[in-house]
Amino acid sequence: MSVDVLAAGRARRALRRRGALTTLAVLVLGTFLVTLMVGQTFYPPLDVLRVIAGETVPGASFTVGELRLPRAMLAVLAGAAFALGGVTFQTMLRNPLASPDIIGITHGASAAAVFGITVLSVSGALISFVAVVAALATAMLIYVLSFKDGVVGTRLILIGIGIAAMLQSVVSYLLVRAATWDLPAAMRWITGSLNGATWSEVVTLLAAVIAFGVLLLSQSRRLDLLQLGDDTASALGVRVERTRVLVIIAAVGLIAFATAAAGPIAFVAFLSGPIAARLVGPTGSLLVPAALVGALLVLVADLAGQFALGARYPVGVVTGVLGAPYLVYLLIRTNRAGGSL
Amino acid sequence: MTATHSLHTEQLSLAYGDRTVVDHLDLTIPTGKITTIVGANACGKSTLLRAMSRLMAPSSGQVVLDGKDLHRLPTKEVARTLGLLPQSPIAPEGIAVADLVGRGRHPHQKVFARWSAEDEAAVLAALEATDTVALADRAVDELSGGQRQRVWIAMALAQQTDLLFLDEPTTFLDVSHQVEVLDLLTDLNRERGTTIVMVLHDLNLAARYADHLIAVAAGRLHAAGDPVNVLTEATVRDVFGLESQIMVDPTSGKPMMLPIGRHHARASDTAPVS
Repeated sequence: MSVDVLAAGRARRALRRRGALTTLAVLVLGTFLVTLMVGQTFYPPLDVLRVIAGETVPGASFTVGELRLPRAMLAVLAGAAFALGGVTFQTMLRNPLASPDIIGITHGASAAAVFGITVLSVSGALISFVAVVAALATAMLIYVLSFKDGVVGTRLILIGIGIAAMLQSVVSYLLVRAATWDLPAAMRWITGSLNGATWSEVVTLLAAVIAFGVLLLSQSRRLDLLQLGDDTASALGVRVERTRVLVIIAAVGLIAFATAAAGPIAFVAFLSGPIAARLVGPTGSLLVPAALVGALLVLVADLAGQFALGARYPVGVVTGVLGAPYLVYLLIRTNRAGGSL
Repeated sequence: MTATHSLHTEQLSLAYGDRTVVDHLDLTIPTGKITTIVGANACGKSTLLRAMSRLMAPSSGQVVLDGKDLHRLPTKEVARTLGLLPQSPIAPEGIAVADLVGRGRHPHQKVFARWSAEDEAAVLAALEATDTVALADRAVDELSGGQRQRVWIAMALAQQTDLLFLDEPTTFLDVSHQVEVLDLLTDLNRERGTTIVMVLHDLNLAARYADHLIAVAAGRLHAAGDPVNVLTEATVRDVFGLESQIMVDPTSGKPMMLPIGRHHARASDTAPVS
């Protein structure tokens, strides 16, 4: 046995990872182009590429450039942001149930937005701002409530699920009380939708994804070490609390801005990490693979919601249908294994 | 590797909230030796190990590594000197043995540095020392308890520290694997001069494998030194509240403890050997 044998095993695992990453990237790019091509009018790939390159193509320039391109960009960015936020929490707390859309963080954003729309009658950028602040506040509340000699995953998850349920009942109450004309705007904050995507939303989310994404990637190796348990990570030279605070800020920021831009698109945060883990195998960080899976999920679900199902459904309805069975499966598996959460 | 590091505690007190677990403790870990810490449940021995490996800050006093306050040294620098295997470390689902052992290299890696030939050599050496090379590509969760424990020790070895702390490394292992793990640690100590400090439950194994035995009772140092002097009937009575008989282990010449208990004593020859 020599170093070569070890290196060969490592190379084999890296090869699988690279293959999966390449496939995912190609699929994201392909679906992105298809999204730009199809709609009420079909534009051939060449027209679409010319619009992206900045040329003026009669008809296509407006439909593709102003309607479909921001929508597709928002799908990619929101998908990636939800996925990054989700996989970060799942990795840090070593539990697939610990996703921000299960433990109430997105619910915080929704409840605040619906409150703003139906009670305070505010709209636009102010609502997005309120949603971001509310997501951060909810995350802090859950963290503080579950803090006792450090944060233990199970306690945080259970407290989060409780908070999520409370916030959901707040939303239901507000909707029952709401004026009819406020309902369409409020609904977006419940299911998640890419309808009416604008360039300004895209730019805001892009800036957030870059800022928080870079912060998260800089902590990626430490995040992986946290999976070994706090004591082991600490013994390996990781400052556990500091790392945890940094990655929580990054993850909550990503989730908050994505929710503000597209509403809480159901289960993308929850599903992307586990799907990515299946695809790339247990080697290396899950951040980038999960981001690609998230982008692909939202793109495909939006296409399906718009064109495959007869009526037009918001993207969150489609991802909800995909995600709910997986949640049930996880709970059944946990029960069979006889484990706690 | 040379073992030139020194570690001792000065008036060390440790507390969880208001509850003091370790009270003004002074002890010195002999360099290049195997030290085992024994004591009753909840006497503070694991807490002491956590504080000595920087996982817990003292409520007063200090742990001194090479003349400096351990808790003021940079985290990564400490991690290059002092390794710790906690009682129940967690392996990520599906991770390969070689990858897990590779995580031990973290304190030696720069922020965005790639995997180096030096890292690979350290991992191979760790796998060889623990006889786990053949397992390198297997998933950790498929292994038996004994194999898994050797893999975790390999991870700590890849860290290449002169001091290695282990919190009950033999729990959950059957007796042959317990001996196997302790033999492996003795090899490390003898061949590389690694200073080893471990908490052990089994008094007889602790006395057999220790150069230096520390008995802790209610957060205070009860006795420390050569196992022959430490493991006495008086110590067992004071530390564990147990009547016992100390005999000489015919294999090693170290002391060996037999508990007496309330039953099963024969009428004729129960007179303790003194």
